Amino acid sequence: MSGTRTGSMAWRLILWELLSGMAITLRYFFKPKATINYPYEKGPLGPRFKGEHALRRYPNGEERCIACKLCEAICPAYAITIEAEPRDDGSRRTTRYDIDMTKCIYCGLCEEACPVDAIVEGPNFEFAAETREELMYNKEKLIANGDRWEAEIAKRLELDAPYR
Amino acid sequence: MNEISEVSASGIAAAADTALPARREVTIDSHAMNFGPQHPAAHGVLRLVLEMDGEIVERADPHVGLLHRGTEKLIESRTYTQNTPYFDRLDYVSPMCMEHAFVLATEKLLSIEAPVRAKWIRTMFDEITRILNHLLNITSFAMDVGALTPPLWGYEEREKLMEFYEAASGARLHANYYRHGGVSRDLPAGLNERIWAWSERFPAFIDDLWNLLTENRIWKQRTVDIGVMSAELALAWGFTGPNLRASGVPWDLRRAQPYAMYDQVEFDVPVSRNGDCYDRYLVRMTEMRESVKIIRQCIEKMQPGPVKIEDRKFTPPPRAEMKRSMEALIHHFKLFTEGFHVPAGATYTAVESPKGEFGVYLVSDGTNKPYRCKIRCTGFSHLQALEVMTRGHMLADAVAVIGSIDLVFGEVDR
Repeated sequence: MSGTRTGSMAWRLILWELLSGMAITLRYFFKPKATINYPYEKGPLGPRFKGEHALRRYPNGEERCIACKLCEAICPAYAITIEAEPRDDGSRRTTRYDIDMTKCIYCGLCEEACPVDAIVEGPNFEFAAETREELMYNKEKLIANGDRWEAEIAKRLELDAPYR
Repeated sequence: MNEISEVSASGIAAAADTALPARREVTIDSHAMNFGPQHPAAHGVLRLVLEMDGEIVERADPHVGLLHRGTEKLIESRTYTQNTPYFDRLDYVSPMCMEHAFVLATEKLLSIEAPVRAKWIRTMFDEITRILNHLLNITSFAMDVGALTPPLWGYEEREKLMEFYEAASGARLHANYYRHGGVSRDLPAGLNERIWAWSERFPAFIDDLWNLLTENRIWKQRTVDIGVMSAELALAWGFTGPNLRASGVPWDLRRAQPYAMYDQVEFDVPVSRNGDCYDRYLVRMTEMRESVKIIRQCIEKMQPGPVKIEDRKFTPPPRAEMKRSMEALIHHFKLFTEGFHVPAGATYTAVESPKGEFGVYLVSDGTNKPYRCKIRCTGFSHLQALEVMTRGHMLADAVAVIGSIDLVFGEVDR
């Protein structure tokens, strides 16, 4: 920038480059703060954010997952385990749907693979737990997640639908 | 450690214990000292065994492998689609550039090419990644030599860039955005305008960082003439990227063998002469300005169009089509279970990652999984020259050298 000027002896003697640096920090000191008050304020999240998993239902309450096991096949970390058998009414549904959240790498491939939009990576990123066991999600937990976040998930899918 | 033992041997011990019958002189030639892996200036998990003569480094022996996860072996048991997320995790400071190398290698073996818009998106996000990487490197380098303000400001700017990452890919760091034959989804509406607005403000931040550091006498005392690599030495030790260009070799893969859209944009390759820590800093700072130029050209030249090739043997169909057409559904199932088969062959494909030449040597045996994938990482060859660069310098200069060569251990240890 002002290399020749600051290089001269007089400018070096009056600590010019240190003073101008401190002037910059002083300017930043009076700028609006960039930090946010985290648990109460959060940064923006787009509709594509890959957070905690959820299993969704149809509007009539029937679970969407048909146990095609595409998510289990594509999962690069082998985090998903599915078992399935026909239900009494003849439809194919899962009897077990487990996700090991400690293995999951949040790549989003399960959501891309799902042909019925059942498994999604929702907007929630605050699911830290104190023990490993709490992070071994089973079907009940995933469906409960889906019920809890359904409004937001549906909105996100709608916003992102033109790009998929 | 060394100082204390020397002093206690000759000075303090003798003065305090006058009652001792005879004064014992102990001379210590050199001292082995363990630097890291928990030292904050070790940039992750570098364990450095230093042989010291007083405070002068006589020998530096880097020990690697503490972050080894066997990525190359894992790649052999996964399909090509499943492998891209693993590349994010190599150099976790510049994830999309890592993906780019693997995706390009696969595309070369498949003899397919991404559509024009996908190439523009890749070029733009490569440069966003470059700025992300250089921001972290320059500012944490400054922190290593004692300047605490730059990292705080740098993280604020990185936050803005990671929001662009998140808007495009859904993840702030491990994107999994580039795919074989394109990118996973088109950019959301309005993102280009946001990036453009950011690119207008960002040069002012580079100026502030520049004014804070470049002429600062403490910064210069700590970096000028430290860890000098001549052009011959740098080439002999396999340097690439900004570290090589700081030594005066104008070698940049974006210019030498352009990939994506780098032959369609105008940019300068900054080269410096001395090859010391200060010059490596200057090259990175100037590269950030060039990256902003490239990003703006990408936004200007980008036209609407497909972001994936339309060949359903390689890229999954759009969801609407998949739910309507039986054939599309079959392709969808096939791609997400078996994946695609890659013709037998081998390729070495390299990209200019922010740290230098990042290459993937991919061998395919005609199945749906790579037979072998060798990763040519940049940090490893920079790390091996650590001894050449630090020998004869003080211990504190070794910290400056580690900071300036931009090490990330996810990539060195793989």
